[in-house]
Amino acid sequence: MEDLKRLEEFQAKIDAGEKIEPKDWMPDAYRKNLIRMMSQHAHSEIVGMLPEGNWIQRAPSLRRKLIATAKVQDEAGHGLYLYSAAETLGASREELLEALHNGKAKYSSIFNYPTLTWADMGAVGWLVDGAAMVNQVSLIGTSYGPYSRAMVRICREEAFHNRQGYEIIAELCNGTEEQKEMAQDALNRWWWPSIMMFGPSDADSPHSEQALKWGIKAEGNDSLRQKFITMTVPQAHARGLTIPDPDLKYNEETKQWEFGEVDWDEFFNVIKGNGIMNRKRLKDRNAAHDNGKWVRDAAAAYALKKKTKVA
Amino acid sequence: MTTENKDTQWPLWEVFLQVKSGRPYGHVGSVHAADAEQALQNARDVYTRRQEGTAIWVVPADAITASTPEDMGPFFDPANDKVYRHPTFYKIPKGVNVDVH
Amino acid sequence: MYTDEIKEAQKEYLLRLADDRMILSQRLSELCGHGPILEEDIALTNISLDLLGQAKLYYEKVAELSDEEVTADDWVFFRDEREYWNVLLVELDNEDFAHTIVKQLIFDVFEILLYGEMINSKDADLKAIAEKSIKETKYHLRHSHEWMLRLGGGTEESNRRLRDAIEFLWQYTGELFYTDEVDDILVGAGIAPDVSKFRDEYYKTLNKILVESELEEMDPNVWMQSGGRDGRHTEYMGHILATMQYLPRSMPDAQW
Repeated sequence: MEDLKRLEEFQAKIDAGEKIEPKDWMPDAYRKNLIRMMSQHAHSEIVGMLPEGNWIQRAPSLRRKLIATAKVQDEAGHGLYLYSAAETLGASREELLEALHNGKAKYSSIFNYPTLTWADMGAVGWLVDGAAMVNQVSLIGTSYGPYSRAMVRICREEAFHNRQGYEIIAELCNGTEEQKEMAQDALNRWWWPSIMMFGPSDADSPHSEQALKWGIKAEGNDSLRQKFITMTVPQAHARGLTIPDPDLKYNEETKQWEFGEVDWDEFFNVIKGNGIMNRKRLKDRNAAHDNGKWVRDAAAAYALKKKTKVA
Repeated sequence: MTTENKDTQWPLWEVFLQVKSGRPYGHVGSVHAADAEQALQNARDVYTRRQEGTAIWVVPADAITASTPEDMGPFFDPANDKVYRHPTFYKIPKGVNVDVH
Repeated sequence: MYTDEIKEAQKEYLLRLADDRMILSQRLSELCGHGPILEEDIALTNISLDLLGQAKLYYEKVAELSDEEVTADDWVFFRDEREYWNVLLVELDNEDFAHTIVKQLIFDVFEILLYGEMINSKDADLKAIAEKSIKETKYHLRHSHEWMLRLGGGTEESNRRLRDAIEFLWQYTGELFYTDEVDDILVGAGIAPDVSKFRDEYYKTLNKILVESELEEMDPNVWMQSGGRDGRHTEYMGHILATMQYLPRSMPDAQW
């Protein structure tokens, strides 16, 4: 009975647009849903460092190398902010990472695709970060205070990410034939996976409805996806690039770009672990973690020694 | 000593940043660190990559005591009828300026 | 105006400074996404970015001094290993975090002393770069120094790894003090610092940190490796450059 009343108050608060803070009462399912979502988001940031990190050493100019390094570093920072936000709900970073490393936790399926050419650095910045931004700007409106605040910070910092990606693509499109082909090839490979980043259609998304009701998500998958496509298609056309979707057409009435069938079979397979890079991504994350254990232990032991000496 | 096989991500520290000298410190987030010096360095590396601040405080997260949502009423409502604490409550005759600028 | 002799010496000298930082930065960037903890990932990347920024300033100045139409990037991407002048220390494998920290420490202590002198350079650009860089380096040293204390005084394993690292890397400290006629000319002209002036202080500082880190003092007067300043590198170097340069070299006419 008590809980029912609390639940009503809780819902009223959310409906009124107020933020929920860590110490506020919240339904257990809300807490769990948020921890799942924030940790997936955090995992995506740090796994997302790998495909782009793959090109830092090979960036073709000093300027590009500085940008690429700073960008991948930002992802580490964003992972950190998001783990911190999840920690406010009592989930420790140790257990969240453990779930990532043993394959129980999910991260964005997009990072299981390989970055094959330099143009992929452009495509990732332009499309993947572009899609992420659409999602993250919407998440500023999430009902959970710490998540919302992390999003504000992340969106502010990410502002340069998709710009630098588009700049890489634009430079390639202005370049030699070979460079133009690189750009088109990257668009061909990254377009559909980027669209899948918004997740399955709301009708097929198990968490969507409740997440919307509780204001965890501020907007549904389909509407965010549409927003991204309508925003991105003209950007491709402006560079003379072709979107790899024969069914793509502009609807004069709705002012939206309508798109073809998404291969959800591929999406679910990649999520399940059958993407071309899944195994390598997890292997790299695990290796970094395992190789770092003695370092973390050393710092902890040193801190303990110093404390006991002082005491 | 640290126990075998158990991971440590180090304790949590809250980070407060002074944006400009003379301004108050504001909370910006948290970092993990084994000790205070490391917390300070990590806070610098994580939260001032874009020149966001001029000075940093780090505080062990468990050293912070926070008011609870239940405290909200008794803590803060009693102040809402103390209008006499605000300068606009007072009527000053026209033509006189008593405010110090 | 500088004489041609000074100008040539200066180009060579700047390339040495640039190459050291370029290759060390490249090595550090390999750790981006692979550090022992998220916070440290960010810290190491900050250092990598600082070094890359410094290298860029030096390369740009070399390009300025050149009569041909060259850019900073040309120096980075179109020289072979026999034309790279970095010390061997910076190209060595990352191996483990102890090696990374010791390598940084060896470099940071030297850099602090070098920049401490270079801020008095008669060359306005070099002076300006030194003034900017010394602030960065102070932070780098604080980072590596603090890690030395933690690894040395942490666990048995971390102390052993740190000892292994310093025992291996020590032989690469000597090359930092390599000088030839390039240095003679520039020291004479008041442009470059005389590194022999702070050699004792360098080793005293390093040894002090080693002792604080629960390690044995090391002897500065043992056999030291050399060759980098003459383009005689380790086998690592070719692979570093192959990775770093392949794209501009495969499409030399392209802009990026």
